[in-house]
Amino acid sequence: MSDDDVAPISTELDTASDSQERISSEIEAGHAAYADGRARGEVEELGPRKDFPPYRSSLLRHPTKDLRHADPETIELFSPVFGERDISPLEADLTIQRGGEPIGERIVVRGRVLDGGGRPVRHQLIEVWQANAGGRYVHKRDQHPAPIDPNFTGVGRLLTDDDGRYQFQSIKPGPYPWKNHFNAWRPAHIHFSLFGTDFTQRIVTQMYFPGDPLFPLDPIYQSIHDPRARERLIATYDHDVSRHEWATGYRWDIVLTGSRRTWTEPEEGEH
Amino acid sequence: MTLAPTPGQTVGPFFGFALPFARGHELVDPGAPGAVRVHGTVTDGHGQPVPDALVELWQADPAGHVVQRHGSLLRDGTFTGWGRAETDRAGGYWFRTVEPGPTEPGRAAFLAVTVFARGLQNRLFTRAYLPGDDAALAADPLLSALPAGDAATLVMDREPDGSLRFDIRLQGERETVFLTYDGDGHAGRDGVSA
Repeated sequence: MSDDDVAPISTELDTASDSQERISSEIEAGHAAYADGRARGEVEELGPRKDFPPYRSSLLRHPTKDLRHADPETIELFSPVFGERDISPLEADLTIQRGGEPIGERIVVRGRVLDGGGRPVRHQLIEVWQANAGGRYVHKRDQHPAPIDPNFTGVGRLLTDDDGRYQFQSIKPGPYPWKNHFNAWRPAHIHFSLFGTDFTQRIVTQMYFPGDPLFPLDPIYQSIHDPRARERLIATYDHDVSRHEWATGYRWDIVLTGSRRTWTEPEEGEH
Repeated sequence: MTLAPTPGQTVGPFFGFALPFARGHELVDPGAPGAVRVHGTVTDGHGQPVPDALVELWQADPAGHVVQRHGSLLRDGTFTGWGRAETDRAGGYWFRTVEPGPTEPGRAAFLAVTVFARGLQNRLFTRAYLPGDDAALAADPLLSALPAGDAATLVMDREPDGSLRFDIRLQGERETVFLTYDGDGHAGRDGVSA
């Protein structure tokens, strides 16, 4: 991806100087090389590249050494435990936290959290956060001059149920500009933080909405080279989740890695 | 049945209202028996502080037991072994905790650490080993398989005030060793290699 006849990549964060055209050509070159490799039988990639220069903030922050293989030890084979004392059920409704109605398209998001073996991840914490309908976060570092919605914090917490299911109500987030390059816009997304039964299953990821025209232009989404893996981040519109006269519905299932721990049915009363 | 895993994505810069919680970095109360400060700085490839990182810590108790008790988000005096700290403007983070015991006799004790930051497409796992038990550290399967300089990035330094220092260098000189585990399907190309 490093052609000698183009200007060097800036390592300054947030310079917003490169063009979308240049970023897109870097993305396309990387994806084409991956597709060639796959055609030659190279391994399918299931996650993002840790070094992905089109995402400029990664340049000085990604580890340059290979990740080192470790056999998980005791502490890594368990996760912290969360329960009904940790959070309030009201935290699963992002539209009621400030006492007034937030602006935007009301949505319900529902799905299941499973491990790589297809087993439900029960009673584990999900944390979500997102921009408001105008594409702005309630965060002092977000200086995008879109309106702050006084009735929307964009933050929720919930627990999965006995079957690994989760559901929350929110407002569809807007796309927003960011300073990766000139005229860079992030596709609308909701951030998810998840724990599994093993600490090695911990992930933070982002849920996207179907049909977003910003997908091909976004270096964070496109840092996942495999097209099938990218599509796993896109929720499905589900009319059965939509509510009459109230909200549109989306379904998004999340699969963590396989558990390394011997799995047992929870005892009665154990959560 | 094996399901394809959901890929990770960066935590981004705007997690500040969502992930930090009250006293999240205080696993024990001030003055608790055996309380120790674990602290360090997260830096990038130019040695500059990373002010928008999040560090999570997960550990056994001093007896080496893995606590499996509800309330990991609560700070009610119960030790659950889990904490979360944001970095400050100078890239610094700190936890008040107790030193973990080895979870199996003769093994080296460590804190499991997860690092998130804008610019990291996916979380990074590492370990912060307790200094002092040289025999256990020398026998540790992970440390003993690493070049000495790399292994040193995973062992905390005991400071003169008794605190434990664990600097996290995402890149560059003395880059911290980050870990992947069998079946870590979230990894991209980088996680596949040994």
